[in-house]
Amino acid sequence: MSRENVLVSAAWSEENLQTPGVVFAEVDEDTTAYDGGHIPGAVKIDWKTELQDPIRRDFVDREGFEKLLSAKGISNDDTVILYGGNNNWFAAYAYWYFKLYGHQDVKLLDGGRKKWELDGRPLDKEEVTRPTTSYKAQEQDLSIRAFRDEVVDAIGNKNLVDVRSPDEFSGKLLAPAHLPQEQAQRAGHIPSAVNVPWSKAANEDGTFKSNDELREIYAEAGFDGSRKTIAYCRIGERSSHTWFALRELLGHEDVKNYDGSWTEYGSLVGVPIELGSGKEA
Amino acid sequence: MSDSCGAPVQGGTIEASTTETVLQGKVLADGTPVGGAYVRLLDSTGEFTAEVVSSPEGDFRFFAAPGSWTVRALHRTGNGQAAVSAEGPGIHAVEIAVA
Repeated sequence: MSRENVLVSAAWSEENLQTPGVVFAEVDEDTTAYDGGHIPGAVKIDWKTELQDPIRRDFVDREGFEKLLSAKGISNDDTVILYGGNNNWFAAYAYWYFKLYGHQDVKLLDGGRKKWELDGRPLDKEEVTRPTTSYKAQEQDLSIRAFRDEVVDAIGNKNLVDVRSPDEFSGKLLAPAHLPQEQAQRAGHIPSAVNVPWSKAANEDGTFKSNDELREIYAEAGFDGSRKTIAYCRIGERSSHTWFALRELLGHEDVKNYDGSWTEYGSLVGVPIELGSGKEA
Repeated sequence: MSDSCGAPVQGGTIEASTTETVLQGKVLADGTPVGGAYVRLLDSTGEFTAEVVSSPEGDFRFFAAPGSWTVRALHRTGNGQAAVSAEGPGIHAVEIAVA
């Protein structure tokens, strides 16, 4: 997998804002940043209200995804460039989600909104409307999505990559440190998981590290390239970032994202949980 | 909060009687608040822990744990950082100057 097929730079993006067949989309769970100024011409995708089922904890179904992309003016043959805040977490989630429903040509803007802003590149508040399309989605590609039973079965035989912060992994915190800590689920991690915080894969400006650096980081943490892999975090968006690094950048073939992640696993009755750094074993 | 993971809008006030270990303050440039700065919380080993964007008034807030932390701000006009030590729960104030 070549980097250019999945990742574009801010400089390339700025040069291609008007290119026909290239659609920019900003994705976040809180879209106030978009409303305050977005990449010129970019459409907005609200992770919470548009990509999640409003009642059940699950994604919108195939038909719902078709309806959404049609309304956004995205065609099956468009190159979709995704970016967002929070170091591209939700953009990476959306990338995975676009792949799940079979979109062929989707890429991430390296560094997302942060890199774009730190570079001082243009943002505007123009309302963006694109002509509607008739988007056709595929059945979900479950080769990239892991469910809870599969995760329990993977203990001790697949790479389980917990991408949360060390304090969340050890059980000291229940959520990232920019959020309040009152949560219903138990603290800790899935036994046999290795802890490679998502942030290890990113530079300070939000861009991905080089493939050589990435390979070293995962190897050092005990990631076994010959095994199948499941990545998880708390709700599945930071692990999408790592899923992207492992599968799309490094080219590991069998890598799944467990979108249920710790909010599901830590609430299950009877499953094993490990506390501490996991390095004593 | 369980269905969310992104950084919330910064600023406002929270109960001082909190049981949480809160690190909060402002990003400043020559004493003037800097909004839209990327504020990163680094642990005692320098490892990234969390990131928020400062409010238009320059405010940021983290829910951390007792210990030694570094807060580092990135902005297109410059970067800066400050150390903060939180012995226990409560609100710990810290300012970051960027240049």
